[in-house]
Amino acid sequence: MDYLYFPGCTLYTKAKNFDLTARDCSRLLGFELKELKTWTCCGATFPLATDNIMALLPPARILANAREEGTTLTTLCAVCFNVIKRTNRLIQRDGEKRDKINNFMEKNYQGDLRILHYLEILKKEIGFSQLKEKVKKPLSGLKTAAYYGCMLLRPFDEMEFDDKERPILFEEFLEAVGSKAIDFPLKIECCGCFQSIGAPEVATECAYKILGSAIKSGAELLVSTCPMCTFNIDHKQADIKAKHLDFKEVPVLYFTQLLGIAMGLDYQKLGFEQNAVDPLPLLKEKGLV
Amino acid sequence: MKENGFIKKAMVIGGGIAGISASIDIGNAGYEVILVERLPSVGGRMLQLSETFPTLDCAQCTLTPKTVETGQHPRIKLLTYSEVESVEGKAGDFTVKVRRKAGYVDWEKCTGCGLCQQKCPSKNPSEFDRGMGMGKAIYTLSPQAVPNKPVINPSHCRYFKEKKCRVCEKICPVGAIDYEQKDRLVEERVGAIVTAVGFDLLPIETFGEYGYGAVPDVIDGLAFERINSASGPTTGEIRRPSDGRIPKEVVFIQCTGSRDPDRYMPYCSRVCCMYTGKHARLYKHKVHDGQAYIFYMDIRSTGKGYEEFIQQGMEEEGILYLRGRVSRIFRDGDKVVVWGADTLTGKKVEISADMVVLATALIPQRDAKELALKLGIPADDDGFFTEVERKLRPVETRVEGIYLAGCVQGPKDIADAVAHANASASKVQALFAQH
Repeated sequence: MDYLYFPGCTLYTKAKNFDLTARDCSRLLGFELKELKTWTCCGATFPLATDNIMALLPPARILANAREEGTTLTTLCAVCFNVIKRTNRLIQRDGEKRDKINNFMEKNYQGDLRILHYLEILKKEIGFSQLKEKVKKPLSGLKTAAYYGCMLLRPFDEMEFDDKERPILFEEFLEAVGSKAIDFPLKIECCGCFQSIGAPEVATECAYKILGSAIKSGAELLVSTCPMCTFNIDHKQADIKAKHLDFKEVPVLYFTQLLGIAMGLDYQKLGFEQNAVDPLPLLKEKGLV
Repeated sequence: MKENGFIKKAMVIGGGIAGISASIDIGNAGYEVILVERLPSVGGRMLQLSETFPTLDCAQCTLTPKTVETGQHPRIKLLTYSEVESVEGKAGDFTVKVRRKAGYVDWEKCTGCGLCQQKCPSKNPSEFDRGMGMGKAIYTLSPQAVPNKPVINPSHCRYFKEKKCRVCEKICPVGAIDYEQKDRLVEERVGAIVTAVGFDLLPIETFGEYGYGAVPDVIDGLAFERINSASGPTTGEIRRPSDGRIPKEVVFIQCTGSRDPDRYMPYCSRVCCMYTGKHARLYKHKVHDGQAYIFYMDIRSTGKGYEEFIQQGMEEEGILYLRGRVSRIFRDGDKVVVWGADTLTGKKVEISADMVVLATALIPQRDAKELALKLGIPADDDGFFTEVERKLRPVETRVEGIYLAGCVQGPKDIADAVAHANASASKVQALFAQH
């Protein structure tokens, strides 16, 4: 089966490795990501003000266009997923806002797209046990920690992704590709998000706490679903190191990169050059590349 | 006693402080009472408490005279380890079927010597001690149990599980052990029923943000009562469950699951402000160099002497009150890290604590709704039994002859529960006097 695919801006720039590996892996798993013919920025935040309908238009337009091409839309970036899924839900449930949005767009979108995160495709459409069988190179001996961040999960009743305080879907994935999933207490804490622009020291501290908690729990590698989180917990590690002398760097991969290794993709095609902390020494040590 | 076809005998369901109080009142007024209690002995929740607010007197010392009086009262018949099976009839003539659960001990023969409990080789986490202390498979709830007769828990007993052991049978000097005992149904006819089945606590496993009950040293208020009790698992020394160390920093969190209509219970549980203040003070009395923190939303200390009690804790005992909620609790090494907010200073607070006590919401007993159905009386959305009128008829139900006493109607502290029970008993007396 093929899925409509909304990559989002970051996956065309800073997170090309996320996009690339997702497409390659899907082919190996027997499905195609069909990129939307036209798409724009998702808006990057779901508006907090309930009457800010203008801010809903970019995601609404993406959805309306997508519906003309198919019925199930998938995305990778946790922020895009959050905005797209919540907008879709709102259009589904709030008739008044739906009418306003449709009038403005001159479309007639009813909110009847199915929105799935790529991880949900792996779980619900393929199944983790099937995935396990398709894995060519199980990542045995590798201790991985799933970092969910906020956007996949919150607000809980709108995202309906997994248990609100102690999700395990991501860990199930990590186990399916043969690694040892490490649970750590701060796996759903905020990475600092856009504070990394206005108040970088705040974001750095958030990242330091999250990484420290994962390392202390025994993780050798963190896995993310979000370019924003990855920016803070991967690219900020140099800043953390400058401030906290005891800090030891830890590689952070997108889950599709990890999946790529397990599916037997050549490591040179996994886009590691875009990862700030080089994962190769660890992966070589574990005999995985 | 039956006059004009009206049976002047009451049944009280639930043997906690409310049920006991109602039974004694009705008995003292000259009427027969049957007291039905689910557990093997009477005393209820209060028996689990260490000291009580606002006087800080020992719960067992104040309660034991009452339980003993209940046990020895000439007009009170105890049906402990029993549950109400069905109720039929109307005021003046209810027929109640009571299931007398098999305890595998013949109480007619048992003298309460306690040898069986000493020799029983099966040790299991004790429910009475909130899973912290170890109890035997043949047990009484406390050394002062009324009646002081044990029962066997078949899911813990070696004989029931593996068909071997039979130590209690061998040791019993009067041959009271009876592994073949079966549940018995008895029928009682009464003229009035007082429902006093009490409350439970929202389990700490409910709270994901506080670790779903999986973080050791995060306990609930009743567990703290047991730790602080001389009869408890630590013989009254404040020691945390994980490693038995004396905690030097303890965080108490009020309103855990109360006043939270979106996620948990919408109502105020009424006792948590007071018992948390009490916990912190009792902790300070035993661990002088320890620090107690209390996270609160508001402090509701509306009873007589209550506000003074809280003030004393703040001013004289150095308890640090922080107005705000806690967003996350997690384990870090042997510490329990608490992330919260102090909304008065607008700052985030992080406390590296040794133990955390959650003042979890009071909720109805898990099977309260079933009992309401059997009695034919309504319960509200939360499961508390509904009185006829909130203000003017707080103990009567929609069915004549059935009354409410204590927390079955809504959260109450001991003083209020006893007053409610006294009112209920007087309603029974008035009903009987009318016929």
